[in-house]
Amino acid sequence: MLLQVKDLSVNYGVIQAVKGINFEVNEGEIVSLIGANGAGKSTTLHAISGLIRPKAGKILYNDREIQKESSQKIVSGGISQVPEGRHIFPGLSVMENLQMGAFLRKDRDKVKKDYANIFERFPVLEERKNQDAATLSGGEQQMLAMGRALMAAPKLLLLDEPSMGLAPIFINEIFDIIEEIKRNGTTVLLIEQNAAKALSIADRGYVLSVGKIVLSGTGAELLSNDAVQKAYLGG
Amino acid sequence: MQILQQLINGLSLGSIYALLALGYTMVYGIIKLINFAHGDVYMLGAFWGYYMINQFHVGFWTALIVSMIFCAIVGVVIEFLAYRPLRNSPRIVVLITAIGVSFLLENGMSYLFSSSPRDFPQAMQMVRYHFWGISISNIQILILVTSIVLMILLQLIIKRTRMGKAMRAVSVDPEAAKLIGINVNHTISFTFALGSALAGAAGVMIGLYYNSIDPLMGMTPGIKAFVAAVLGGIGLIPGAALGGFVIGIVETIVQALGFSAFRDAAVYAILIIILIIRPAGILGKVTREKV
Ligand SMILES: Nc1ncnc2c1ncn2[C@@H]1O[C@H](COP(=O)(O)OP(=O)(O)OP(=O)(O)O)[C@@H](O)[C@H]1O
Ligand SMILES: [Mg+2]
Repeated sequence: MLLQVKDLSVNYGVIQAVKGINFEVNEGEIVSLIGANGAGKSTTLHAISGLIRPKAGKILYNDREIQKESSQKIVSGGISQVPEGRHIFPGLSVMENLQMGAFLRKDRDKVKKDYANIFERFPVLEERKNQDAATLSGGEQQMLAMGRALMAAPKLLLLDEPSMGLAPIFINEIFDIIEEIKRNGTTVLLIEQNAAKALSIADRGYVLSVGKIVLSGTGAELLSNDAVQKAYLGG
Repeated sequence: MQILQQLINGLSLGSIYALLALGYTMVYGIIKLINFAHGDVYMLGAFWGYYMINQFHVGFWTALIVSMIFCAIVGVVIEFLAYRPLRNSPRIVVLITAIGVSFLLENGMSYLFSSSPRDFPQAMQMVRYHFWGISISNIQILILVTSIVLMILLQLIIKRTRMGKAMRAVSVDPEAAKLIGINVNHTISFTFALGSALAGAAGVMIGLYYNSIDPLMGMTPGIKAFVAAVLGGIGLIPGAALGGFVIGIVETIVQALGFSAFRDAAVYAILIIILIIRPAGILGKVTREKV
């Protein structure tokens, strides 16, 4: 098991955003975490990345507890995140954004190859290499945010609503890329409100509702589940 | 020619303000703090240079470089002890702490070394050049050239180096920076080191220029450099440099026109005017974000 979340609870002051959830991610999987606004999805990812300390519970990565580790240590251990809303660095060029993704890496030769891989996967980023990242379109910014996180050479990539606010053509492209990332050996934990898409590419999935996991199963099982159909697929 | 003369005087004074303003603006950029103790770091730089030259008989350039290193360390220590523990506190708390640090440095130095001014050693013989009816000293040239070289170096560090890029990344989005492994605390320390080193250089150069240093010497230039940073657009590096030169020139011209008594007032008048007509500063623009 690559990642194991055990009885995780996270509070913001008195607000309980995540209330004792359990789930796991195996190596090589795409696992989707779906749920409505405010369900606690982003909070869960923030806890995994070390941006917020859980109130209770454990996060095990390769059987090591990481819930108290610094975000820097977590990234160097192999977990990077594409945050909700992309959060590329405006004022830095596209190339500099990618370089920041490789901030902790020492393997220079491999880093060079990874730039080439990123540019192959996202040709538009190469075209815009020297442009201020703030001038990119929303879809291009999403690609940059993904490229930046991939430059950290993660074993586990956390994606927070990568399809948010994108046109359908971009959405399809983003999901294709996620599958490709998996094929290249990176495990993916995907958060989405676009449940149909997220579950269709997922090996397994979990449904989060007001801070609790209410359903779990393979992607196909959840897609055909009545409750999921009603609540998230408009069926 | 009188105007050219004043322009030269203004530029060399302005380059000192510019060096100081850069420190204000970088620290503001990264932790949104007006570091009121910044002018006092400049004072410490001048004192350290004074001791290096007097006690160890080093030359001017050695004194300058050693003071820069000393101030870089001082800046990092101040941030670590005074500001870092307040990282998640309201901004006003940190601001008041900065004022406290400033008092501590000013009064501590007055207590330890007395508040009376002392002569800065003439580590370099002053030579005046006269041409086209204007007069310029080698020290003025040294200040201007050194400042410009330091500003170019700073620009290269910020634009080209890994830590410089991290500084810019943390300034715009610390959380996103964390998500790819940038250590925000280290980056903030680095920023303080850079800004304080520039203040140290400014302190040593002003000691040489005015020939006099005292524990309160950082107060007025500190405030003027802050005004310069706001004038150029706080948080913007080129803005701070521009603002510093503008303030230096305005001050010198006001003085040359015979209004010496009003030269500080003129600087504050600029602050008020800029806050009213262009609060984002000369180079500042209203920022917009794509979602
Ligand atoms: N910084 C914060 N301070 C206080 N409450 C917060 C904070 N961030 C999130 N919350 C609250 O925690 C709960 C979970 O938020 P979270 O952002 O994890 O939801 P989400 O599932 O990611 O939602 P969305 O799909 O809208 O992004 C919400 O009720 C939210 O209001
Ligand atoms: Mg969210």
